[in-house]
Amino acid sequence: MSQLATTNPAVEPVEAFTKLEQNGAALMPLRKAGLARFSDSGYPTLRDEDWRFTNVKPIAELPFRPTIDPLGQALGQEQLGNVTFGQLSADRLVFIDGHFNAALSQIGDQSSGVTVTHLTSGLAGFERELGSLSIGDDNPFVALNDAFFTDGAVIQIADGQRLAKPVHLLFVTTASEDGEAAHIRNWIVAGANTQGTIIESHLSLGQAATVTNVVTESRIGDGANIEHIKFQDQSNRAFHLASLHSELGRDAQYTFHSIALGARLSRNNLRMRLAQPGIECILNGLYMLRGQQLADHHMVVEHAAPHCDSHEYFNGILDDQSRGVFHGRILVQPGAQKTDAKQTNKNLLLSDDATANTKPQLEIYADDVKCTHGATIGEMDDDAIFYLRARGLDTPTARRMLLHGFAGEIVERIRHDAVREELNALVLGRLEAVHKSD
Amino acid sequence: MLQIKNLQAGIEDKPILKGINLTVNAGEVHAIMGPNGSGKSTLASVLAGRDGFDVTGGEALYNDNDLLDLAPEERAREGVFLAFQYPVEIPGVNSAYFLRSAVNAILKHRGEEELDAMNFLKAVKVKMKELGLGEDFLKRPVNAGFSGGEKKRNEILQMTMLDPRLAILDETDSGLDIDALRIVADGVNRLRSDDNAQIVITHYQRLLDYIVPDFVHVLHDGCIIKSGDKSLALELEEKGYDWLTKEAA
Repeated sequence: MSQLATTNPAVEPVEAFTKLEQNGAALMPLRKAGLARFSDSGYPTLRDEDWRFTNVKPIAELPFRPTIDPLGQALGQEQLGNVTFGQLSADRLVFIDGHFNAALSQIGDQSSGVTVTHLTSGLAGFERELGSLSIGDDNPFVALNDAFFTDGAVIQIADGQRLAKPVHLLFVTTASEDGEAAHIRNWIVAGANTQGTIIESHLSLGQAATVTNVVTESRIGDGANIEHIKFQDQSNRAFHLASLHSELGRDAQYTFHSIALGARLSRNNLRMRLAQPGIECILNGLYMLRGQQLADHHMVVEHAAPHCDSHEYFNGILDDQSRGVFHGRILVQPGAQKTDAKQTNKNLLLSDDATANTKPQLEIYADDVKCTHGATIGEMDDDAIFYLRARGLDTPTARRMLLHGFAGEIVERIRHDAVREELNALVLGRLEAVHKSD
Repeated sequence: MLQIKNLQAGIEDKPILKGINLTVNAGEVHAIMGPNGSGKSTLASVLAGRDGFDVTGGEALYNDNDLLDLAPEERAREGVFLAFQYPVEIPGVNSAYFLRSAVNAILKHRGEEELDAMNFLKAVKVKMKELGLGEDFLKRPVNAGFSGGEKKRNEILQMTMLDPRLAILDETDSGLDIDALRIVADGVNRLRSDDNAQIVITHYQRLLDYIVPDFVHVLHDGCIIKSGDKSLALELEEKGYDWLTKEAA
């Protein structure tokens, strides 16, 4: 407990724990194991290989304030109507500081066999499974989440069913005290031959140094085709920690997009296990950072079966003193022949003080595979700027067009039309705000 | 339209253009020929305003104004167009979006009404057909993954849409097969009129079978060493450049 004891806790972990126990006994083994693991490990430091470039000391130094109870912030529909994807035709689950808000949520008619709800809805059946996909991960934030999560989304799609509408998970922090931490847990099970689009967005109302710590476990069945779009646009004092643990079935197609625009520090751990043949897994990400922001994507894609494709595409635009971190590890297990794995990370540095740390990694134990990786860190292409200027466009417009194009390489991979178009307009708007024409 | 007087320019301390004199009037087509390294592309770059070249002497007047004082985009808006020898690939930037932005930047400068997406598409599709460019072309990123021929046709499409007063074609024939060359040349010829002018830079006479120049100039070691009519190009084709460059030396 040494780490916890030194963090000047505003809420005693033990006290928080007692409250959680009252909320449900079935999850207590998971919580206790998580607390024990975190007590052993403490927060990661720069000495941990997986955290070399991402210093979480500012999080460790915050008061320990998990939002075990709702903070009581009254929010109305009018405050959520204008948020990104707020007008999208979707089933919407709204979580405020880690707590489900029924009044703000809207769940329409999904076909029988589709369940869209939240963890504390009383739905039974998955308590014993929760943690089964994340268990092998020694990430201390997963342990912390195991111990303290309050709520999150549950999406279950029975074999052969499809989501009639996208499901939009909207996570908002309203916390006004530094250190207030929402621990969110999502559980997604898509059965065989299912289809659907899941949108996950994380926003802040308020400027406190809050913590969002979200763990998502997803089991994607044979032949399923699921698109998952994660959009993180929190305040520039917020800390955002996310981990996704996915197990994919035979011939499944899973596309995960991570759009990281906000937060002082964000970290996305993506752990994909391709355990059956014929899987296509795409991890596609964009980070656009300014000021002191840091965004870290840390991936392990494990090819445990033959004939699977995985592609990682990450583009970063780094301005001011911001830092982008990419760690992509592809692990090809013995027997995973005919693996086709590709990873690409491209970074544009707009300032001398911006930093990109990129670490593509291949670890291959099979001999008949195609694996490629590439990383670039560079400035804007002067030849391209001249080309555009020679066609009558001024320099800010030319720069904006190139940056928009660079970001667009990622955004255009989003298959859901309305989401793609809204994000495309949003990205352009952000670029226009910064790179104004004369 | 364009008066170049004793123009001298180079990269860092290395002089490349050593006193170019050239007058181009509206309605004329000038060919500039010369061996590799003679300064042809440098001349095109300096006229278009590419960074990295220092003008060390002389001047270039465009409609009696100092051309070299203008930013590249101002030159473009005033009607100067450079068809690039190596068009730049711009991944992620949609061709339709790029071209409409460029057209509208120029229309706006001229005080004309900008084109909405519909009118732009209507106009550009006609021109694309003339140049043998398929409709999917507009959806593709600018020049990204284009073949050599597609890139050059794209330059001519842009030229057609931007309707320049002074077009400079820098080795537009390089990398083209004979069919593509004919398509490109037809595109250029359609634009010829009494109120615009073209400078065609080429290493080979071949292009000039299709784009017939009024004047031919031979550039060597940064100077125009000989000027004539189209028969000069044929003479060069026959004899090569040596007889002239030796004469100059």
